[in-house]
Amino acid sequence: MLTNLFDGVAYGMLLFVIACGLSVTLGLMNLINLAHGAFAMAGGYITVVLVNRMGVPFFAALPLAFLLSAAIGLVMERLLYRHVYRKSHLEQVMFSIGLVFMAMSGVAFVMGSEQTFINIPDFLDARFQVLGVSMGAYRLLIIAVCGVLAAGLQYIVARTRFGAQLRAAVDDPTVARGLGINVDGVFAATFAMGSGLAGLGGALGANLLGLDPTFPVKYMVYFLIVVAVGGSAGMTGPLVAAILLGIADVSGKYYLPQLGSFVIYVVMIVVLLWRPQGLFSRAGGR
Amino acid sequence: MKLAFPKALAALGLAASLLCGTAQAQEAFKIGLILPMTGPSQSTGKQIDAAVKLFMAQNGDTVAGRKVEVILRDDAGVADTTRRLAQELVVKDHVSALAGFGLTPLALSAAPIATQAKVPMIVMAAATSIITEKSPFIVRTAQVMPQVAGAMGTWTSTQPIKTVVTLVTDYGPGIDAETWFNKQFTAGGGKVLASLRVPLANPDFAPFLQRVKDEKPDAVFVFTPSGAGAIFMKQFVERGLDKSGIRLIALGDVTDDDQLQGMGDVTLGVVTAGPYSADHGSAMNKAFVSAFEAANNKMRPNFMAVFGYDGMRALYNAIKATGGKGDGAALVKAMEGAKWESPRGMVEIDPKTRDIIQDVYFRKVEKVDGQLYNVEFGSVPMVRDPAKP
Repeated sequence: MLTNLFDGVAYGMLLFVIACGLSVTLGLMNLINLAHGAFAMAGGYITVVLVNRMGVPFFAALPLAFLLSAAIGLVMERLLYRHVYRKSHLEQVMFSIGLVFMAMSGVAFVMGSEQTFINIPDFLDARFQVLGVSMGAYRLLIIAVCGVLAAGLQYIVARTRFGAQLRAAVDDPTVARGLGINVDGVFAATFAMGSGLAGLGGALGANLLGLDPTFPVKYMVYFLIVVAVGGSAGMTGPLVAAILLGIADVSGKYYLPQLGSFVIYVVMIVVLLWRPQGLFSRAGGR
Repeated sequence: MKLAFPKALAALGLAASLLCGTAQAQEAFKIGLILPMTGPSQSTGKQIDAAVKLFMAQNGDTVAGRKVEVILRDDAGVADTTRRLAQELVVKDHVSALAGFGLTPLALSAAPIATQAKVPMIVMAAATSIITEKSPFIVRTAQVMPQVAGAMGTWTSTQPIKTVVTLVTDYGPGIDAETWFNKQFTAGGGKVLASLRVPLANPDFAPFLQRVKDEKPDAVFVFTPSGAGAIFMKQFVERGLDKSGIRLIALGDVTDDDQLQGMGDVTLGVVTAGPYSADHGSAMNKAFVSAFEAANNKMRPNFMAVFGYDGMRALYNAIKATGGKGDGAALVKAMEGAKWESPRGMVEIDPKTRDIIQDVYFRKVEKVDGQLYNVEFGSVPMVRDPAKP
């Protein structure tokens, strides 16, 4: 029972790290970016190349996965995404889904289309018994890393000057510009950070979620559910939503294996019927 | 001058008919080979393609005076594509036979095309029982899930294993495996505590493995498609099930020869049932394995390779038996009841069902010369598909 809870939290944390960037772009910047999972996939494959082929230690590869995915995100934002900020949602959907297909084919061509794993250090395969709860070291690591990230993000968005600029830029870009905020810069930095986090999540999650070129499509629905259920107020919403979904998914499969992965959709339907705007939403948010 | 034109026309006609005549005698026997060469099942495609090439290199490309030509197409594991490719191969390329079919849905989608075009369709990989019933032109040289799973169920009930939890991937062959394992195991006096089905698209086995652990069975019976075995084994160990005293028994797909070496020592001691192991002791298999490895940069052949190799053998024999002139129905008739020695042992095409009859082996993963192999320790001879009357 508690082991399930633990596994569910680890799974949810992972979903959160990957999806939090999406919740910023979708919830705050009002940009529909279906290609978000592609950045997670990029992070995963970067780690595969670094660890499996170049022999970089796993813990050194994680920050590199973050930085490189963020760099890819920044380049894409400057080259492509900034042109679609003001376009209609349909155009944003078409644009980003096109990117997904290009990313999938590109990765399949370069890396092959089979499931890939990252060679994690042996000590992460260990298992502990704490108060009768059996926990895997790797999942414990995921919870720790993601917990720290979640706290840090919440702090940045809610308490720092950059967070205030971001919220201002999102609410009314024209006035924000008038106040001397570099709106373009804020958006670019935010987008890069979201992509980097997705990349880090992809790197951490490769061995749990599986990594193959269909990754962005396979998990797109999960990320969108996290954002839809979480709502658009800061980082608390997506975090709570991701953990809720993680626990629901894992215990659903444990207790009702016949229903398989359907349980999370039930949770989504119930939550959205109760709060159509998501669990946490900002007054005046768009 | 007036007569010259018709005369010339007649001469031209004669020349044309002569040309046609020679062309007909030499017309190639085209085989449309549809495989997943990309996508998640690409290992299956690569293995079968390599085996088909090896067979033709060893046996020549001319049978009964006809040149054999293989046209390879990639369906990436998508059923719609398989169907379209089968149609194109029949209509545009005028193939005399279709072959390949990496997964059950792919084989099912092409079955109506084989029926309408009246061309033999050789199933070299897909393993769900019902496939051969979908067209009278289907002949299977692969394996049939109930054949292997049923044999495993019977064997398990003779072991000191009283209770089992089954864990299969939730699609055609997985459900076949679950049904027939449970049937034979309970018939032998065993008890199935729970039957878990893992979604095909979701690779996280964690909650299912936890359930297995908490049910505390004597053994867990597993079927996953070729390729998913690696992630399963990883999580099996991560969850500490290897030290929990629960025995792992599986179908050969889990410890696929193509992936086994990469799965590592965690597989040592796993008992599986399957029609083929690269370690099979016959002289024919030794020659097959060394030729295959030599031609493919040391890639070890797996069961799929042997299924493809045998598919070509079945076709070659049928072309020979019909003198190179047989139409689709005659070719299928020639294959019914055919019997030959394969790298896996003797095999036969059941004349009633056009399905494969073969030995099912029990194997244990062991180290042979420092490499992991499925080492055979027992077998049931000439097993039919128990799901067909």
